Amino acid sequence: MISDLFSTTVIIGIISSGIRLATPYLYASLGETFSQRSGVLNLGVEGQMLMGAFAAFYVALKFGSLWGGVLAAILVGAVFGLAMAFVSNNLHAAQGISGIGFYLFGLGMSNLLFQKMIGTVETVQGFPKIYIPFLSDIPGIGEIFFSHNILVYIAFFLVPVAWFVLNKTTLGLKIRAVGENPDAADSLGVSVIRVRYFTVIFGGVMSALGGASLSIALLNVFQQNMTSGLGFIAVALVYFGGWRPWGILGGALLFSMVNSLQLWIQVLGIPIPSEIALMMPYILTILVLVVSTSKVRGPSALSKPFERGD
Amino acid sequence: MKSRLSSLLDAFLPVLATLAALLVGAIMLLLLKANPLVAYKALWDGAFGSTNAVAETLVKATPFLLVGLGICISFRANVMNVGGEGQMIIGAIFATWVGLNVKGMPGWVLITLAMLAGVLGGGIWGGIPGILKAYFNVNEILSTIMMNAIAVQLMNYLLRGPMIDPAQAKAASQIPQTARLEEIYRLPRLVPTRLHFGALIAVILAILVYVLLWRTTLGFRIRAVGENPDAAKYGGIKVQRYVVIALLLGGAFAGLAGATQVFGVNYRIITDGSSTGFTGNAGFNGIVAALFGQLHPLLTIPASIFFGGLLVGANTMQRMVQVPSALITALNGLVVIFVVSSEIWRKKRQRRREVVALQINEPPETQAKSKETGA
Amino acid sequence: MKKPYVVLIGLLVLSLMFSSCATAATEEPAAAAEAAQVEEAAEEAEVAPMEEAAEPFRVAVVMPSAINDVAFSQSMYEALLFVQEKMGGADAFDFVYSENMFVVDDAAAAIRDYATQGYDLVIAHGSQYGSSLQEIAPDFPDTSFAWGTTVDTFGIPNIFAYEAASQEGGYVNGVIAASLSTSKKIGVIGPIETGDAKLYVDGFKVGAEATDPAIEVSVNWTGSFSDVALASEAATTHIANGADVLTGSAQMVVGAIGKAQESDVLWFGTQANQTSLAPSIVVASQVYHWEGVLQEMIGLINAGTLGGQSFTLTLANGGEVIEFNPDYALPDDVKALADSTVQGIIDGTITITLPAAE
Repeated sequence: MISDLFSTTVIIGIISSGIRLATPYLYASLGETFSQRSGVLNLGVEGQMLMGAFAAFYVALKFGSLWGGVLAAILVGAVFGLAMAFVSNNLHAAQGISGIGFYLFGLGMSNLLFQKMIGTVETVQGFPKIYIPFLSDIPGIGEIFFSHNILVYIAFFLVPVAWFVLNKTTLGLKIRAVGENPDAADSLGVSVIRVRYFTVIFGGVMSALGGASLSIALLNVFQQNMTSGLGFIAVALVYFGGWRPWGILGGALLFSMVNSLQLWIQVLGIPIPSEIALMMPYILTILVLVVSTSKVRGPSALSKPFERGD
Repeated sequence: MKSRLSSLLDAFLPVLATLAALLVGAIMLLLLKANPLVAYKALWDGAFGSTNAVAETLVKATPFLLVGLGICISFRANVMNVGGEGQMIIGAIFATWVGLNVKGMPGWVLITLAMLAGVLGGGIWGGIPGILKAYFNVNEILSTIMMNAIAVQLMNYLLRGPMIDPAQAKAASQIPQTARLEEIYRLPRLVPTRLHFGALIAVILAILVYVLLWRTTLGFRIRAVGENPDAAKYGGIKVQRYVVIALLLGGAFAGLAGATQVFGVNYRIITDGSSTGFTGNAGFNGIVAALFGQLHPLLTIPASIFFGGLLVGANTMQRMVQVPSALITALNGLVVIFVVSSEIWRKKRQRRREVVALQINEPPETQAKSKETGA
Repeated sequence: MKKPYVVLIGLLVLSLMFSSCATAATEEPAAAAEAAQVEEAAEEAEVAPMEEAAEPFRVAVVMPSAINDVAFSQSMYEALLFVQEKMGGADAFDFVYSENMFVVDDAAAAIRDYATQGYDLVIAHGSQYGSSLQEIAPDFPDTSFAWGTTVDTFGIPNIFAYEAASQEGGYVNGVIAASLSTSKKIGVIGPIETGDAKLYVDGFKVGAEATDPAIEVSVNWTGSFSDVALASEAATTHIANGADVLTGSAQMVVGAIGKAQESDVLWFGTQANQTSLAPSIVVASQVYHWEGVLQEMIGLINAGTLGGQSFTLTLANGGEVIEFNPDYALPDDVKALADSTVQGIIDGTITITLPAAE
């Protein structure tokens, strides 16, 4: 039975579902990378994802517009990001804890709005798979790489973009400077607060898009607490990736593919308890970090509010 | 005179912030066609309105305080332990195993053993991320989040397999729960309510943690590692060892919280598949309580009671006014955000007081100097 | 000094924004249940002038998930609405609920509080609440309690127990599923391997294998009741493995149903009628009708028996009904087989032997 795991169907299945499962993580983790790189720890990712998922789903359901849904998610994510940025930049609130506050608020609010504005579980016609002539027909490769919907592709496309912005642009330089040494950045005329507003709002938008990728592209349904911990895993993946977009891509794919592997282990009836199978992605993620010898250090000013001349 | 007023203001700041959050909540209640005054009366009555209500609040606060004490220690060492949920579960499993399998002992001996087992279980589950952080450079936020998920699956496995209630193993329903603890093995109750001995243990431990952190070398070193690891290293402190100790202690307290939940409240472990069903989110609420208590073990006591009361009262409010539970969750979030945001005014006043004190105490030269470097 | 106002106003605006959306929606008739709820709250507020009418029968229920979960909690909520209507509205039958009480400890507090408030019947709708009930019920000998799903009343005279023989509907679903599958592979998605879900899944397997010994039923447990994304990917995995019929239990299966619809794979539901989620591929759902049990319990309570009995929803007593999707063209022979299977279970000619417990 174990040998069944090495059939082409299974390997193709694992990779392609790994790509799908990784999508929401990518959005949320990349966004969180930006805010952490600038020194703001946002633990409210899960709440932002839920709000984004709801906003996108609502617009898609009531107005039939998927791109309208994406826009709604972006707006809601931005509003949440703005609130988080205000609380952490202007009010210097302890970031871990205010993040938990935003998580709870998003968890409750998305469910409340769901109950009042939709009422019952419904489904929408989400973003369809994109069929690319010829490419999608290649056996194996076609299913792995060319059978996904647009939000999946955008997520993966954003990885190099995020890398480029962080490492090759002035904006990226400012973000990193603000996260490493805000006082120095400030003395060089970089507005620490403005940069952090930008990154935290961007983080909110990305988390909300991650939620939208679930509700109108991958699952096409909204249900209370539908992310069930995804947002926290996304935060963990930022650490796994060492605050670098490519590392995050690796982490998201590893976690998702092992998750999909455990699904196959169960489906093929390999006799191990389901709970042990379910533990695999979590254990392996830790193990990979243990054996990899990378010594990345986080942004020095992470979760420290900035006060000029302090 | 002025400073007393000011410190009074400090004490009431969280209360004012909570009121502000409830004001926002009132608007939401109005929109849901519920009377906010009736709703908030229900909240208050549910939390503090009667002996039973106060007892329920304290029962709820107990695991928050225990987890929070561990958080005080680990966060002071600058270690972000978000693994309270998993540590509680493992502590509960260890303690329950002792409670169900060790026989022929006086009740109090067994309870003590079980509590220690809980401490051990939680300590192991916290110690692993500690070792991973200290010696393998694995970020503790990542490892503790992952360890939470692993603990949940482990619990689910044990409760439907090796540790399932023998009665349920035979029944068709197969409810995933352990057998019930015998009556002599339960934590005694303090008053004729659900308030149990665990609450008292938690308060005593809060004092002990205070002593540990500020009156012992161990505590000094833990804080030194947290404040400036490089300086601590320079001063001859083995930083890695204290990182492990900080997480281990954090886990141990959470494990004890899990153990007291079983021996004082539920008398068995039941799973609904998630961690929340058993822990009531205490692993996270404990962090909130500790941070509200400014990572001070004694201030964590009122902070835990405040949060316990809020959650107990909110559930009463759901029952009395029939507002959706989702509103309650959102409202809790608002309270957290508002209270944590209000901190800035306390800090500002504190700084102003310090500046005033400086000006009074210091000779004119340094005064001038401090003006220069200050705001 | 200005700053506090800025914060307040900022957050006020934020919450106003969201809540104004909420009002817009409440005006729509969509949330009928909600309307009922609001009326009820209003009713409660003005309870004083109703002296002349007979005291309504008052029920309180504690549920682990949301009343609109299209699964376990919704089945009870709908039953309560049904009984309320049957008994003549809120004047005769008044009920309140606490939903999403997944924290066992909070549920215990709610149960105790309802009992203190003098409800005639307090229902703990989740097997994880039994332990709490065992503590609480003896303190309120004049209040009747009920819990499920189980048969265990702990020998306490004021506790009723109820359960659903979900293996029966599972068996029927399995029979139909095996008849419709051409790939001979069927996928099942469950939460954790216990309780009602396990009964259903075991029954389903036995039914499918009895119909066609060559059929391959593989089960995927997601370890969670709420992880929609994992349930959805589990469905995709089953489909990739060649399954052409799927079923599953718990509220997270809404994700799986979507995948089934996308790939045009058949779906069988349980607990509540799931046809509305995917009208083109849902063949049938086993639906729990708790109203019969509720009415029986109410009758007993009014006659002075407060508990000590247990009830089982079965196909025979009408507590379980296989509801077919009228839009799905089920072949006549399969429909006939389904009906005869139901009949067989009812009259006892078909007995379901579940695999022995571990």
